[in-house]
Amino acid sequence: MALKTEEMILNMGPQHPSTHGVLRLELQLEGELIVNVVPHIGYLHRCFEKHAEAMTYPQVIPYTDRMDYLASMYNEFGYALAVEKLLNIEIPERVEYIRVIMGELQRIASHLVAIGTYGADIGAFTPFLFCFRDREKILSLYEMTCGARLLYNYIWVGGVSHDLHPDFLRLTKEFIDYFRPKITELNNLLSYNKIFIERTANVGILKKDVAVNYGITGPMLRASGMKWDLRKDDPYSVYDKFDFDIPVGDGRMGTVGDSWDRYFVRVLEMEESLKIIEQAIAQIPEGDVTSAIPKRIKPPVGQVYSRVENPRGELGYFIMSNGTPNPFRIKVRGPSFINLAVINELCKDLLVADVITILGSIDIVLGEVDR
Amino acid sequence: MGLLDKQFNDENIVITKVGDLLNWARLSSLWQMSFGLACCAIEMMATSASHYDFDRFGVIPRPSPRQCDAIIISGTVTLKMAIRIKRLYEQMPDPKYVISMGSCSNCGGPYWEHGYHVLKGVDRVIPVDVYVPGCPPRPEALLEGLLKLQEKIRNESLVKKSA
Amino acid sequence: MKNTEEIFNLLKEKFGEAIIELKADQPVEAFITVNPLELDKICKYLAETDELKFDSLMNLSGVDEANGESTKDEEGNLTITGGTLSVFYHLESTSLKHKLTLKVSAPRENAEVTSVSEIWKCADWHEREAYDLIGIKFLNHPDLRRILMPYDWEAGHPLQKDYRNPEYYQGMKVPY
Repeated sequence: MALKTEEMILNMGPQHPSTHGVLRLELQLEGELIVNVVPHIGYLHRCFEKHAEAMTYPQVIPYTDRMDYLASMYNEFGYALAVEKLLNIEIPERVEYIRVIMGELQRIASHLVAIGTYGADIGAFTPFLFCFRDREKILSLYEMTCGARLLYNYIWVGGVSHDLHPDFLRLTKEFIDYFRPKITELNNLLSYNKIFIERTANVGILKKDVAVNYGITGPMLRASGMKWDLRKDDPYSVYDKFDFDIPVGDGRMGTVGDSWDRYFVRVLEMEESLKIIEQAIAQIPEGDVTSAIPKRIKPPVGQVYSRVENPRGELGYFIMSNGTPNPFRIKVRGPSFINLAVINELCKDLLVADVITILGSIDIVLGEVDR
Repeated sequence: MGLLDKQFNDENIVITKVGDLLNWARLSSLWQMSFGLACCAIEMMATSASHYDFDRFGVIPRPSPRQCDAIIISGTVTLKMAIRIKRLYEQMPDPKYVISMGSCSNCGGPYWEHGYHVLKGVDRVIPVDVYVPGCPPRPEALLEGLLKLQEKIRNESLVKKSA
Repeated sequence: MKNTEEIFNLLKEKFGEAIIELKADQPVEAFITVNPLELDKICKYLAETDELKFDSLMNLSGVDEANGESTKDEEGNLTITGGTLSVFYHLESTSLKHKLTLKVSAPRENAEVTSVSEIWKCADWHEREAYDLIGIKFLNHPDLRRILMPYDWEAGHPLQKDYRNPEYYQGMKVPY
């Protein structure tokens, strides 16, 4: 009688509490060790590109919100920049500063969700509640400006839809003073916790040249040791007027490019965003915010590819126009779509529980993967 | 919620009907399956966080369909996902309730016209009890939908068949 | 840092016939059109030469140009015959900080383009998506199958301009 071994296929199905949405991972296991991970996506494919061909240019903005629903301001920002490049119009400086403030607040809110749900996946439930408590303060700032908590339709081509509320800048300064000590509290609770470090250090190591070949961008690339941020390397809007640093992973708890580095880069980025918001509040000029919004958008025949730095990576919009008020083709280069493709490389020879650690540190949003 | 628990303050004996007792037990601890699909899932998570607490109504998120009473479909239902939703619904034990949260699962939402892969309303595959409108609905709107579901359960009867 | 004209001249010297033209008169960006079946050799040269060093593929998008003959039948349904389907490549160099846009076009009935997923692994999923939604086949791709639509979707490639929705899919009504 001979003993034989067989590979087992385990399905982490579309409904799972830790997959951050509807993602199906097919794990081919040998005992508890992983041989292969095959992701199946498309469970949230909402046909954004077909809708964009049927709507006019301003009507596409609510649809761009809903792609990456945790960082909606940045989706609108990227689209507005792309169309403004195609139309070649100048926008008032106050609008640029408002967009930067909204974008950086959105970056903090998005990183709070990423950190909170990452802790919940690993097993620490309390940081989830702490992060959501702080996020509610940011959402009430947004609600004061444009009326919505999650999907805003605020940044339009050529400007923004409403000017800031008279109390907005004062309340944002109070939020910054409230939030700074909370980052220290979060570090004491989660980042330097021994169990968290044991779970995440040396797990899922991503090397720098593999990352560039796979097209990885954002905090994942910075955690592997490469200092690449579109706000400094290919500046857009008024980011070249601010003084801030780019945090890079340095492997202090394990190796460079492991999951702890990817998590900690996000915590450090929240601090840098606070610096940018403070400088923007000090420098913002007066002006009119709706004066440059064109009445009818009909760009010339041509195409443009423009990109911004989403909280998850490089968000790119490729817009082709044929002279009509409807876009001919819009293709969105979603960072989560590209970042997810590397998961097979990262999970080789690890245990099943490490798949969840790695997936949480990649920080995907299924709305952007499937569009 | 006002029916039976207030009466315990005066005496130790409460007299009620079996139907009311069962309904009170069911509506006070609706365990829901955490089924977040898209943007509405973030609002559902915010409802279960500490600002608008879900837990004070007795609602806990459970990961497995075999252990829950209610399912909150939050987010767009695509054709690829609808087959799996039907399977999950059939795995839930009776009595089960469905809350459809957000425009996308009510009727297709903003994707009704050109969405070739979007199911226009989750009631094309499973029966729905409460519809909560909004895109996304505020956490207070979801809590109101939950209270309406509790009303519906309160009026159920063991003898008459429900619709 | 090189601009598109200098790169065009370099490529024309090395590959001759395969480089078709440089179009620089439309806003906003200039692009180089190349032959679809020679694409992998050109991209290997672009990625490995020291003075160009394009080590990162930013974006790959398929486009249905709808430049063939379009006919409408009695119900208003559009059908397009002839014309081309194209793919746009946006390349970047992280060390030398320059960018390039390439375009390839293939006939609509049998669109075939060589795959670049050996050179940049990033292109793997992008090409699967272009196959799924537009219908362009990539030769030598390791695993070309649908990625966003269900695996048994029979009704065609959705982002083509003359796509029509099926009535029912596995018992569910598709239109509103």
